[in-house]
Amino acid sequence: MIRVDGNGGSSSLIKVRGLNKTYSRGGEKIQVLQGLNLDVDKGDFVAFMGPSGSGKTTLLNLLGGLDVPSAGSITVAGDEITRMSARKLTEWRARHVGFIFQMYNLIPVLTAFQNIELPLLLTKLSKSERRKHVETALSIVNLADRMHHYPRQLSGGQEQRVSIARAIVSDPTFLLCDEPTGDLDRKSADEIMALVDELVAKYGKTVLMVTHDPLVAARAHTTLHLEKGVLVEGTRSGAGQSVLAGGIA
Amino acid sequence: MRFLSLISANLFRKKIRFLLTLGSFAVALFLFAFLAVVKDAFGRGSDVAGADRLVIINRVSIINTIPLKYRDQILRIPGVKYITHNNWFGGIYQEEKNFFPQFVIDPENQRQVFPELIVPDDQWSAFLKDRQGAIVGARTATRFGWRIGDRIPIKTTIWGGGAWEFNIDGIYHGKRQEDDETQFWFQWDQFEERIPAGIKGQVGWYVVKLESPDDAVRVAKAIDQQFANSPSETKTETESAFAASWVKQFGNIQFLIVTIGTVVFFTLLLVTGNTMAISVRERTPELAVLKAIGYSDRMVLFFVLAESLIIALMGGLFGLGLAYLAVPALGAALNGLLPNLVLSLSILASGLGVALVVGVASGLLPGIGAMRMSVVNALRRV
Repeated sequence: MIRVDGNGGSSSLIKVRGLNKTYSRGGEKIQVLQGLNLDVDKGDFVAFMGPSGSGKTTLLNLLGGLDVPSAGSITVAGDEITRMSARKLTEWRARHVGFIFQMYNLIPVLTAFQNIELPLLLTKLSKSERRKHVETALSIVNLADRMHHYPRQLSGGQEQRVSIARAIVSDPTFLLCDEPTGDLDRKSADEIMALVDELVAKYGKTVLMVTHDPLVAARAHTTLHLEKGVLVEGTRSGAGQSVLAGGIA
Repeated sequence: MRFLSLISANLFRKKIRFLLTLGSFAVALFLFAFLAVVKDAFGRGSDVAGADRLVIINRVSIINTIPLKYRDQILRIPGVKYITHNNWFGGIYQEEKNFFPQFVIDPENQRQVFPELIVPDDQWSAFLKDRQGAIVGARTATRFGWRIGDRIPIKTTIWGGGAWEFNIDGIYHGKRQEDDETQFWFQWDQFEERIPAGIKGQVGWYVVKLESPDDAVRVAKAIDQQFANSPSETKTETESAFAASWVKQFGNIQFLIVTIGTVVFFTLLLVTGNTMAISVRERTPELAVLKAIGYSDRMVLFFVLAESLIIALMGGLFGLGLAYLAVPALGAALNGLLPNLVLSLSILASGLGVALVVGVASGLLPGIGAMRMSVVNALRRV
């Protein structure tokens, strides 16, 4: 269940409390996020929408431990990541977060297989175990026949599939998607979203996604709207029910 | 090893840039090896000099001679074990460019004072019996294709003019690779017999072998005191000091070589540092992704350093390999103008060491930049 009132239960996978993020730019302080609360349970699929500069990507970066908040806390599976050192945070990211970027961000000189294997190189898995994991991830994204292709030999949709395989190969606690279909045509976008749906429905993955596309956001269980760093509206997919006052199951 | 595919893929992503950087290292290391070999050759006189040998020359200059009669007086000084004397002949074999040093030697004591220059006994015996005999270093013999039994004419412009004829009775070899094998020796008796009467009984310099190297300072002082205020005052110094001052006559070669070497490596550092900086800058988003998915700052630094070190190592090995092949050919082409050119293991090791230092130094700044890079800011650049 998604809650944004700060009253989520202890069972929440992700707990955000009083989250603030302020940047200094040219001597001016810009408040990007203001006192944000959020509770996300395991298996939830949340989309964040809002105009540019509303703080969507900043929120995603904070949830993924790529950035540190100015105030407030983020707790994931009982670990308060906002108290972790940079080194611990890096280790935590490797174990718990799968990133899917708008521009795929694959390493162009590595094959699809090698790109997907990257997170596993940080584990103690043997070469054969890594291979097995990569092949499983490739079969989930339906790209087993492209494993030896380089990114330049793949279409945009295929590249994003490789990026998704890289994100899921180490079986992270949750996935963060930053405009995963932003660089794709409608058909490819639908295919990618079908895949994300499958990850949630079939594999029980928790997904937090930033998007500008209402059709893409509609695939999420819940869509939260951000404006000037504040959650102004939240709707449950299909129900049109507001979640700002309380939780939504 | 598990990161090898990532490192090698990054190394070869821009093949032309990789080859050019590798080439810069190879050329620099080739030049380093060559300069070090030349520096070594010039400095070798003092390196291979016997610690237990003194050289006695005329205090005025080495061009001025010393009386032969000093020999017995020097021999009586406590601490002196053997003494021999030499004269510079300075002859020309066929053409001036065919330079090699010719020395008049004292056959009775030559081998006692210079035991590291080996002449087979039978050849030495033949030489002693032959007033026109000569012993030649192996390198000079090879250079001119001389064999034992050959008759060699050498023109002199110093000792009365004309061509002197010598029979090659023997060929000497050095015990060590760095020993000078270019000399040509012939007997004092023949020399003394043929030079004009006014300059007979004069030697160019004496070489003394000591009972112990510890006596060097005392004996040198005693020799110079012995002949103080005489018409031919002496200047006695250790063989290594003598060799060093001889090299200095060519100018400060060591300084010149070290300066050129430093400039070469500083330039190399700038070139490779710039290349690494460009390479890292181009890959900023990729490095940010690596950090995002859990690669630590230190690992990112490691990747950048590993790349620059591999380039340095490969380029360095290639350059040193080329030098290894080229130095002997170069030595032969120089026709004995320089002392024996030897690419020693220590030169190879120090060349590789320098390459690795430049490799680390060139990768360090870009690597630290990548290490400190903010993932969020870097991802915004995508």
